[in-house]
Amino acid sequence: MMNVIETHELHKAFGSFTAVDRISFAVAQGEIFGFLGANGAGKTTAIRMLCGLLKPTSGAATVAGCNVFTQPEQIKRRIGYMSQRFSLYEDLTVAENMAFYGGIYGLRRREVRRRADELCRRLDFGHARHTLIRDIPPGWRQKLAFLTAIFHHPTIVFLDEPTGGVDPLTRRQFWTLIYEAAHEGITVFVTTHYMDEAEYCDRLSIMVDGRIVAIDPPETLKKRYHADSMNEVFLRVVNG
Amino acid sequence: MNILQKEFRHIFRDYRTLLIIIGMPFAQTLIFGYAISTDIRYAPVAVLDYSHDVETARLRSRLFASGYFRDAGEVYNNDGIEQAFRRGTVKMVVVFGDDFARRLQTGQGVSLQLIADASEANTAHLLTGYAQAIVATFLHERMAEGGYTATGIAPEITMRYNPAMQSAYTFVPGIICLLLMLISCIMTSVSIAREKELGTMEALLASPLRPTQIIIGKVLPYLVIAFVIGLLILAIGALVFHIPVRGNLFLLLGECLLFILLALSIGILISTLTRTQQTAMMVSMFAMFLPTLLLSGFIYPVENMPWPLQWLSAAMPPRWFIIIIKTIMLKGGGLQHCAKETLILAAMTFVFLSLSIRNFNVRLK
Amino acid sequence: MIAVTNISKRYGAVQALSDVRFSVDRGELFGLIGPDGAGKTSLLRILATLLLPDAGEATIDGLNTVADYRAVRRRIGYMPGRFSLYRDLTVEENLRFFASIFGTTVRENEAFIRPIFAPLEPFRRRRAGALSGGMKQKLALSCALIHRPDALLLDEPTTGVDALSRKEFWEMLHELKQHGIAILVSTPYMDEASRCDRVALIRRGQTGQIDTPQQVVAQFPHRLFAVRTDNAYRLACDLPSWPTLHAAYPFGACFHVIDRRPHIDISAELTAFLHQRGHSAVECLPATPTMEDCFMEWMKRDESE
Repeated sequence: MMNVIETHELHKAFGSFTAVDRISFAVAQGEIFGFLGANGAGKTTAIRMLCGLLKPTSGAATVAGCNVFTQPEQIKRRIGYMSQRFSLYEDLTVAENMAFYGGIYGLRRREVRRRADELCRRLDFGHARHTLIRDIPPGWRQKLAFLTAIFHHPTIVFLDEPTGGVDPLTRRQFWTLIYEAAHEGITVFVTTHYMDEAEYCDRLSIMVDGRIVAIDPPETLKKRYHADSMNEVFLRVVNG
Repeated sequence: MNILQKEFRHIFRDYRTLLIIIGMPFAQTLIFGYAISTDIRYAPVAVLDYSHDVETARLRSRLFASGYFRDAGEVYNNDGIEQAFRRGTVKMVVVFGDDFARRLQTGQGVSLQLIADASEANTAHLLTGYAQAIVATFLHERMAEGGYTATGIAPEITMRYNPAMQSAYTFVPGIICLLLMLISCIMTSVSIAREKELGTMEALLASPLRPTQIIIGKVLPYLVIAFVIGLLILAIGALVFHIPVRGNLFLLLGECLLFILLALSIGILISTLTRTQQTAMMVSMFAMFLPTLLLSGFIYPVENMPWPLQWLSAAMPPRWFIIIIKTIMLKGGGLQHCAKETLILAAMTFVFLSLSIRNFNVRLK
Repeated sequence: MIAVTNISKRYGAVQALSDVRFSVDRGELFGLIGPDGAGKTSLLRILATLLLPDAGEATIDGLNTVADYRAVRRRIGYMPGRFSLYRDLTVEENLRFFASIFGTTVRENEAFIRPIFAPLEPFRRRRAGALSGGMKQKLALSCALIHRPDALLLDEPTTGVDALSRKEFWEMLHELKQHGIAILVSTPYMDEASRCDRVALIRRGQTGQIDTPQQVVAQFPHRLFAVRTDNAYRLACDLPSWPTLHAAYPFGACFHVIDRRPHIDISAELTAFLHQRGHSAVECLPATPTMEDCFMEWMKRDESE
């Protein structure tokens, strides 16, 4: 299977502080890859480098076939991004948000409309197309944000804590959407603090102090650390 | 292109900001259009007449018939002139020397003096210019009628308080006023709005602090900063531009404190009405900065404005403060010369301070 | 210590809280469990005297949160959902400031907050904005405790914080209980419910069951089965066609399946069904319900009504 992310000794230092310490890993196409770590372990820095937002200090990495050093713009065109903090513009309507994101990635107006129709049908959301995002319940907002992030069929979608504060039912609907996207061949790169969600991933990495200290499918990790749940695995790995 | 389209959507959705953006230039253009009228009409002018004869009476009526001047009564000696200027009740005094009619008719040089309050350099310049022209025409006519010989007819001009006609005399008081207003008003309103925006106000409100404690604590540092800046400008004025402080320095500083306090209370009031730093900033700018610039008499004399704007100007604290600084700094006046202005500022401070304390919510909205 | 009686609150057309009532004793750790937008923040703000309820009343140590709000403010420690410390001040400056506004000093209460503040000791001079998520949260808790409050109100203290910091945080709360403080904490993480003495589930401004977490879970009305196969995606597609399905949803590494018939063991039946659909490595075992199962059951019941 083809790898859509490959890093080799990827390194980032801010002055004397090492944020990401020579990480090497690969993510295959269509995989749901969970990127775990404690607060301040370097996850955000690593994601920013992979998204072409931050130039690494040294090492090598390709994302969607593009070099993170030399082709950050091409990378940005091939990925989607969604975080809990920033996703959709609150003072724009659902349709306007989609038109905006579709337009950014160079989709034609008719194509935008077609996909927006399809998306609203999928979420059973047609009636709310012209509602402002701020008037939509938080759970729905997260789902919309995700579908908007994959609106342009990116190779990879990066999700930074996408389900914080979402109720358990909506959280599961959200994961159903993730599964569907992965099934369509979109690679999902996700961070989360919900350890039960970590179990939904095909493969997980756990970062501690800038290094990846464990990387395997959840089952393998649980066996290795003699744990019943990913929560236990996480606590053991992070505690050292 | 997408960003462009999106930005327009943001703009049109937030119609209140849009109204301000569209409305302000509209209002400004109108205000500018009315405010910038360089000619002065009905400026208060007093007369010191040592002759009281038929020719001075003629010239006086000619002056006041021109429409440029308004008869602000007579003064009887030099002290009277000084008092009138300090009180700010007249802009110019016309002094007729002894024996005006006889000297004129016999061809001896007449003594005519125009003394202008040059703490407003522009106004002084204009008024003496008008008066000179009227006097020249008058004398010319009188000579033609009576067949007098023309000698020594040019009036002597005195620019009181600013003999060298330095523009610094005008702009230093203006800058003091502008900066004190800006620092006090904008910085307080923004610093309080920032606490609201970042959520730290929530923690403060949940503590047993009283609103007055929060307000005093937030405002005092800016009071100090603004005061130091006021001192700095005065020092620069004195050292670099040689602008003297002719009146009592402590009185001047006291008035500065009063004005800063007033500007701070307006800042607090603005912050109680806004939620974000951005709106606090915009409101402070529009409510304070532009009016200070346009309506305070700093650049455009208040007397030139149409009545509605003069009324509006009367509601602007800077207008009164500029009069106070000029009176004390340039004219050497004391508290008795700016008592009215001081009282107005004090009353405004009281109103704004009590409004803002009342408006300061002890809870979240 | 904390008593909430029939509190209601609405914003325009949105009913944020309707008829909420519960009480928290001294030395009790009470959890308010629900998703974003459930009304948790509004409720905590009412208790922190920052919002006025439309109806009902709340008291803290017998003092009304509306009429005696200033006395209440002296007795509560409140940690808002948003990080509410000064990012441009250092750890120490923040702590000192919050001590001073409650009319006390850091020295007076240093021993009291030491267990929480100890991990921050090396960063005393660091700006609060430069701390990691877990550290920020500990500093915020220290600041909320610096005046030794009788009641502690914590609005989503663990949101966005990693699993290890969360665990440590809950351990600290348990220590605080020993001092007789009543602690009310809200959280969207269902798994944290088991760390509370009692919980109230909250959703759309209404509270559900209020009980110990053990009781809430014990009263789950169905039998629950954990199912897994070698292909989770196909399992998700096939489970809805189980004829007597009540609910099926992913849960960690498995799917939780509930049958419409309450008391029947469906393990064998369901395993056969899945084999027949071409699944291999089928595992189907009875499972113990969790708070999350209870919450979803409550949501489902609510929606069908």
